[in-house]
Amino acid sequence: MTGNSHDTVSGDLGLSIEEPLIFEQDSPGALGVDWPEAEAHADRLGGLARSGPIGLPSLAEPTVVRHYTRLSQKNYGIDTGLFPLGSCTMKHNPRLNERMARLPGFADIHPLQPESTVQGALALCREVQRWLTVLTGMPGVALTPGAGAHGELCGMMAIRAALDAGGAANADRRRVLVPDSAHGTNPATAAALGFEVVSIPEDARGRVDPERFEALAGEGGVAAVMLTNPNTCGVFENDIRRIADAVHAAGGYFYCDGANFNAIVGRVRPGDLGVDAMHINLHKTFSTPHGGGGPGSGPVVFSEALAPYAPVPRIVGEDGALRLEEANERAFGRMKAFHGQMGMFVRALAYMMSHGADGLRQVSGDAVLNANYLLRRLEDVYSAPFAHSGPAMHEALFDDRALRDTGVSTLDIAKAMIDEGLHPMTVYFPLVVHGAMLVEPTETETRASLDRFIAIMRGLAERAKDGAPLTEAPFHAPRRRLDETQAARKPVLRWQAEG
Amino acid sequence: MRYLPITGADRSEMLRAIGAPSVDALFSDVPEDALLAEPVDLPRHAGEFEVERRLSRLAARNRAAGAGPFFCGAGSYRHHIPAAVDYLIQRGEFLTSYTPYQPEIAQGTLQYLFEFQTQVCLLTGMEVANASMYDGATAAAEAVMMANRVTRRSKAVVSGNLHPHYRDTAATLARFQGFTLEAGPPVPAGGEDLASRIDGETSCVVVQYPDLFGNVRDFSELAEAAHAKGALLVVVVTEIVALGALRPPGDMGADIVAAEGQSLGNAMGFGGPHLGLFAARTRHMRQMPGRLCGETVDADGRRGYVLTLATREQHIRRERATSNICTNSGLCSLAFTIHLSLLGETGLKRLAALNHAGAVSLADRLGRRVVTPAFFNEFAVRLEGDAAEAVERLAGDGILAGVPVSRLHPGAGLDDLLLVAVTETADADDIEALAEALQ
Repeated sequence: MTGNSHDTVSGDLGLSIEEPLIFEQDSPGALGVDWPEAEAHADRLGGLARSGPIGLPSLAEPTVVRHYTRLSQKNYGIDTGLFPLGSCTMKHNPRLNERMARLPGFADIHPLQPESTVQGALALCREVQRWLTVLTGMPGVALTPGAGAHGELCGMMAIRAALDAGGAANADRRRVLVPDSAHGTNPATAAALGFEVVSIPEDARGRVDPERFEALAGEGGVAAVMLTNPNTCGVFENDIRRIADAVHAAGGYFYCDGANFNAIVGRVRPGDLGVDAMHINLHKTFSTPHGGGGPGSGPVVFSEALAPYAPVPRIVGEDGALRLEEANERAFGRMKAFHGQMGMFVRALAYMMSHGADGLRQVSGDAVLNANYLLRRLEDVYSAPFAHSGPAMHEALFDDRALRDTGVSTLDIAKAMIDEGLHPMTVYFPLVVHGAMLVEPTETETRASLDRFIAIMRGLAERAKDGAPLTEAPFHAPRRRLDETQAARKPVLRWQAEG
Repeated sequence: MRYLPITGADRSEMLRAIGAPSVDALFSDVPEDALLAEPVDLPRHAGEFEVERRLSRLAARNRAAGAGPFFCGAGSYRHHIPAAVDYLIQRGEFLTSYTPYQPEIAQGTLQYLFEFQTQVCLLTGMEVANASMYDGATAAAEAVMMANRVTRRSKAVVSGNLHPHYRDTAATLARFQGFTLEAGPPVPAGGEDLASRIDGETSCVVVQYPDLFGNVRDFSELAEAAHAKGALLVVVVTEIVALGALRPPGDMGADIVAAEGQSLGNAMGFGGPHLGLFAARTRHMRQMPGRLCGETVDADGRRGYVLTLATREQHIRRERATSNICTNSGLCSLAFTIHLSLLGETGLKRLAALNHAGAVSLADRLGRRVVTPAFFNEFAVRLEGDAAEAVERLAGDGILAGVPVSRLHPGAGLDDLLLVAVTETADADDIEALAEALQ
């Protein structure tokens, strides 16, 4: 085929370079790390020495560095631009945090070396606990959960343990009330622990109807409510006290999903609202990097009632003589091999210290300001189901009503945003809103960045109405739309050598 | 505040556009008495230098492993991490990206996950691997739950030589999910009889390889015994570098391998974040927990990658999901896969051989006090007195000698046992220093 003057010999285009799999670049004899051969010695492997090749490719360091650099160039990150994923809080990740986490005194210490040699690490954990306690108004903090969903397990296991401690009276207390707008992890967590999930529909305001809730709670057998506040419809559950009172009156506990804590940090303490347990995603509110899917960290704060059931290990003792308590009669158990995501604690503390009490208050204020700004500047072109049921909190929710009759869907808008150099918002979540688009700008965007977003979104709405071919976007990303059906129907989950 | 770009002028104009008198007015849905009028009682914001100074002081109160001879293991290992690993994982496009829900602009993450899954399969000898779990302990607990789903049974037989923190992590879930863990007592010299404990109710047998005391053992017969009773074999690996030297569990008939991958690419970091590896057989693929990355094509027919089989997962299945896991250990898996790419076939085998050689050299020096007959890079040593006291004393002399078994099995009558791990980071002088100190 003779191409036009814009075609290239290689098929690559400028900085957009195709990159084969690492396995397709095998160069037997090449080495990326210079380890010497071990000196001859008797083998004590008990006859279990590996025979034959493992099948790993051999590459020199330049090849490896280039491979991953090219792969990185096919990714969009917060460093690239606005990343408005609702409920995910993709805020700037300060590099100071990375430097601090890599100090040998934090990174190069072993979880089981003598406690006398890690007093600084234990003190740092204590300091993280102190900040979280003051910010949430809740006295207990479990540091070990590895991510938000793990924190949910932690909180709900503490609730189970507290109910179990109540004896036979609580034996039938197995119902957990979960709003339909909840993250999927909420019902999955409750079900994983043997609870029965009872769903609560949202009312027209995008909130839990307190009367309906009281009626459901009054039906008996209530173990807990799992409520996200602000919720994923982007609004604050203003009847939260009534909900808390109702669940407590019914003999259950109030679990709050803290994924959206960024909206209220420094201004509202969940402990003042009747919450008994709440996980905090350090990778959301406290800026630890999402890293393409982790590692996260999900400490859980507890009320007086639940704190005794927090998992081990716990940090006990006085500064200078801090210890890890590995067993406790009332603790519900252990969640993980060691003491939690220390690397994330360092980053989160660096973030909290950098902002201070005053800066954290500005964080939530600016996060909410930015979301309301987007909501008001876009609600005339994208329908916003709850735009008039009170101010938005840190995210703005739109639906696809305005796209009706255009042939363009929420997904198409998302894919068209990719061509515009934006990461899409969260789409089709929460499930309670048809064609949902959940936009969370965070506080770390400039006004210029928000205005650019607004201009692009308005332009795309116009193009949708004009019949532009948005259903085929993206055109300019490293890949066009991928065939997810084929991927699921004939799963290919690993590379295989040919032949 | 250096991370907050909205200026006072921006704020006024934006409030005008919104039609709100103040930022505080945007919080009008919060119960009034719950709205704090003033900042909470914590320090005010601090500049970068100040934060760095204060955190560095805390770091300096810890004894870093590099400060002297170091022999701690038991689930977290000190290995050299090539400079390229830490540089590459800090590229913003990796560090600051999200779970790859938009595959068109996340091919970097997806392709490395596909490569990672392949590497995990090759190392473990298994057919399919997921995109990671929180750590080895949670991976092991998920393995038991998966075996329960596959076999529709609810009793796991657990080796007494499984890391007790792994056992306890699974036991915590067992308590709330209503399944049973039958764990035996620790057997430091190995050789426990597990096959006779399997019956028609057993969902799986859980063993560790190398085990807590460093023992290595061929599980082929145990796998056969388990399979004969309709049970699965779950093999836990806490030191993944061992599989550079040892026969992989897949060759022995393992049905699920749950491992800790921290040893490659990731610092010990006081125990976290670590990297859970999870591998299984293709026939059980749809019962696996966690994210899976798969190959497909795009609209132009070009090869590409997506997250797939999501109908197992919480965001689709909600209360019917195979696991509630969402975020896992993405960046740790990137570090792992880069380190393994740098090592390659020869590098990994050499690295493993150096570990084994160092351990053998120390064991030879310690002679009959070594309790573990066959091992990779870690073994148990019987001391004349209390191992915890010895460790504390040697720490005072600048040697981190290992992990006393009493720290993991308190009250089990094993107070004189010390677990010693020798990696490539211990040189001949370090080994000599420890051997002398333990004389």
